[in-house]
Amino acid sequence: MHFHFLDTYRPGESVLHALDSRVKFILTVAFILAVALTPTGAWPVYVLLLALVVAAVVAAELGVTYALKRALVALPFALAALPSLFTLPGTGLFSLPIGPWTLTATQPGLQRLLSVMLKSWISMQAAVLLTATTQFPDLLVAMRSIRVPRLLVAIFGLMWRYLFVLVDEAIRLMRARDARSGSPTGRGGRTAWWRARVTGGMAGNLFLRGYERGERIYAAMAARGYDGEVRTFPLPPLDTVQVLVLIGGLFSLGVLTLLGIWVW
Amino acid sequence: MVETDAHEVLIENLTFRYPDGHVALQGVSLQVARGERIALVGPNGAGKSTLMLHLNGILHGDGKVCVAGLDVSGASDGVLRRVRAAVGLVFQNPDDQLFSPTVFDDVAFGPLYMELPPDEVHQRVARALAWVGMEAYARRVSHHLSTGEKKRIAIATVLSMDPRLLALDEPSAGLDPRARRSLIELLSTLPQTLIISTHDLRLVQELCPRTAILDTGRLVVDGSTEGILADEALLRAHGLERP
Repeated sequence: MHFHFLDTYRPGESVLHALDSRVKFILTVAFILAVALTPTGAWPVYVLLLALVVAAVVAAELGVTYALKRALVALPFALAALPSLFTLPGTGLFSLPIGPWTLTATQPGLQRLLSVMLKSWISMQAAVLLTATTQFPDLLVAMRSIRVPRLLVAIFGLMWRYLFVLVDEAIRLMRARDARSGSPTGRGGRTAWWRARVTGGMAGNLFLRGYERGERIYAAMAARGYDGEVRTFPLPPLDTVQVLVLIGGLFSLGVLTLLGIWVW
Repeated sequence: MVETDAHEVLIENLTFRYPDGHVALQGVSLQVARGERIALVGPNGAGKSTLMLHLNGILHGDGKVCVAGLDVSGASDGVLRRVRAAVGLVFQNPDDQLFSPTVFDDVAFGPLYMELPPDEVHQRVARALAWVGMEAYARRVSHHLSTGEKKRIAIATVLSMDPRLLALDEPSAGLDPRARRSLIELLSTLPQTLIISTHDLRLVQELCPRTAILDTGRLVVDGSTEGILADEALLRAHGLERP
């Protein structure tokens, strides 16, 4: 089977792969919610949540570090919390003189920043785990089951289907450019301005191709009766085991969150 | 509504102009009998694909188009629905035809829009996939498939609608010899009326007793494949080559 480098799904036979996508989806959202609701500085709860997600990754037979590493991609976004290091009042830790101003980092500020970074990292791991063990079409089913509007789900489906086609097209364009970017002297490449214009042309080309493809896809849909209404199959019911897993999972996450709020 | 059951397809004096003014079809007339297999050949830009898009009312030109006993030109939505169920249009690029997340969803798309009950949709999907020998692929994701597999599934997506007529645009383009051979074998087992637009004259020789040559929007020749393929001067005049 040919796998695209953008496809996050890792085929496997684990318990987590076999779990119904609706259960996985709801539990993942609940997990992320639990992480978000855990107050700043509740370190023991963070450790428990991290242990939980790592245990799940191991149960999915992905290898301990699989999600740990991949979840790091979201860390730069957590830097949005950097100002809190200086804005929260409390004991000063160190000062940074910037021109006429001085920024003083505080202890509560540091605690807030570390908590935000840790929480976003743990949340991302849950999302990484979900997409690694669930095929995208099953995720779409899960979205439908929690009443995400059908049109939106259909758009996600089309986006995902054609993302790969578009990326392949972009790669072919770039190969074609590279193949003609030779020079007998080994130098050249002209100016940065010229190269930027070539790249702009390529982006425009890709857009036009995408637009034309959209027209053809619409024709293919209309040819099979599409009338603007999104039609789908009714969802099969969840079996007892899956329902128990869902209830058990939600209950444990609830207890963990309350623990974080009351005890720490 | 004009009932024209004697002909599966009856096109009279069809002219089509694209919005940019380019005239793609000029006074094309064509009749296809039920169960017939006809090839549409001609150079690129001759209007073959445009003509195919008229068969189920995706495009509307001036002139008369009747398919499966239904008048397509100026048809109401209800009639268009019936026409689209009767005509299976297989597009040239399977990536355009397979737009759903999984193979199953794609093959089920037509039957779902025909508002069939779920059980029947499942049956039809199973039957269509079995017909093209792709039963094991139902749960697969389209972008993991080879071009040959995609082409077969593209055909299944219309077979599941139980069409009377199949219109295929360049079915053998981009296939390696083995995939092409198995596609020809598949097409030869289909009982439907076939209209095949292609450059592959060897495929035409094997599958279609009748050939029509289209050039710059006009239907220039319509006759037996044997006779047309033997006429080297005629083929060369329209940018074709003897197989």
